[in-house]
Amino acid sequence: MDLLGLLGLDVLLKGTNALRLLGGLWVAVRVSLISVAFSIVGGLLFGIFMTWKNPLAKVISRLYLEVVRIMPQLVLLFIVFFGGTRALGLNIDAELSAIIVFSFWGIGEMGDLVRGALESIPKHQYEAAEALGLNRAQMYRHVVIPLAVRRLIPMSINLVTRMIKTTSLIMMIGVVEVMKVGQQIIEANRMTSPNAVFGIYGIILLLYFVACWPISKLGEHLERKWAA
Amino acid sequence: MAEGELHIEHLHKAYGDHVVLDDINLVVEPGEVVVVIGPSGCGKSTLLRCINGLEEIQGGQILLDGDVVDGSSKDIASLRAKLGMVFQSYELFPHKTVLENVTLAPTVVQKRPKDEVEAEAIALLERVGLADRAKDFPRQLSGGQKQRVALARALAMKPEILLLDEITAALDPEMVHEVLDVILSLAREGKTMIIVTHEMSFARAVADRIIFIDEGAIVEEAAPADFFDNPTTERAQKFLRTFEYEK
Repeated sequence: MDLLGLLGLDVLLKGTNALRLLGGLWVAVRVSLISVAFSIVGGLLFGIFMTWKNPLAKVISRLYLEVVRIMPQLVLLFIVFFGGTRALGLNIDAELSAIIVFSFWGIGEMGDLVRGALESIPKHQYEAAEALGLNRAQMYRHVVIPLAVRRLIPMSINLVTRMIKTTSLIMMIGVVEVMKVGQQIIEANRMTSPNAVFGIYGIILLLYFVACWPISKLGEHLERKWAA
Repeated sequence: MAEGELHIEHLHKAYGDHVVLDDINLVVEPGEVVVVIGPSGCGKSTLLRCINGLEEIQGGQILLDGDVVDGSSKDIASLRAKLGMVFQSYELFPHKTVLENVTLAPTVVQKRPKDEVEAEAIALLERVGLADRAKDFPRQLSGGQKQRVALARALAMKPEILLLDEITAALDPEMVHEVLDVILSLAREGKTMIIVTHEMSFARAVADRIIFIDEGAIVEEAAPADFFDNPTTERAQKFLRTFEYEK
């Protein structure tokens, strides 16, 4: 057995295996990116909602956030994909289910980050803007939101990379993403390349790294750039 | 009523049962420099904040050019544009350059053309000696420089009245002068100002009138020479003695 075979990397060269793995990675990244987009927009609105003093708003946001934090993502995936079909008679496609669950999760966590960022802006910054005659909309547009975004970016980058990593769960509802493709390759070559289990999962580890590392670097860069 | 005339009538401000300002009556004429002094916690900063509508008031009224100052009203933004305020801790916007700090309100609130506003902003920065720092961010400036930018920012709105709230209290002693020199030159030009300060020699030099507040009420009101040389009330005498040292 040569070195490639020993490491279980020989299967990568067979057929379109390497391309299939990349395709699987793209599915995982696609699900995360779409969910992140929903999470950013929804999280901004939810975060502003969370700063409301209204007691009912407080109860609703508290409840939502607790559900997001307590429920394992896998359970949420099962509820939406299997439960949604059984109980509501909806035929939700697996990838759509994943996007729903990830957005539900992301909006909750992003909302809490937005709330934290908004509340961390000193009261005096609001007053300085008011004293200059800015109205509420102008104050949010020119002072509060730019400041909040600067505080938000590093933490939300962390959430994005966590989302990408957690997409490894969505194969459990039948989405053929990078983990599932990897499993299929390993299964199909079990007799000829028994070591593929090492090589393929090793490569998948690398692929997750390649997807997350630039994002995490970008976060570090922005954090340094905006350090006031 | 003339432009830039401020009337404070029976102003009452309290937090719950705690009365901060009690029956304050004050008229500030255009071109006048009023310096408000008094012990810490006497309510002098609160008075400035009330004038700008940053604090809710529980009684009386504040009129600027005959319009009621009410922090909860929709028109408060246009009234505030006539009142420039500078805070103790500068409160520059950290994500904007020095120049952008100065041009923000004139372009956004007054919707004036950008090039005109920028030219004026540069002139104002020149006046406070900081034109060469226009592209810098606030974090690159010293405290005294930040406070001079904050002054330029307030002046850019061409306010009728300038409210200065202990603007040198957070500064190192050697930086106090560079800030107060700017205020003195504004006073000579006839800018209407209400100044809260602990710098007694500056108060004496800049003021047309001294208002001494203690425990939320105006205790004494006099020309600076009279107030500092011959304070009539016992509380003012006691307050002024705290600035003297004897061996």
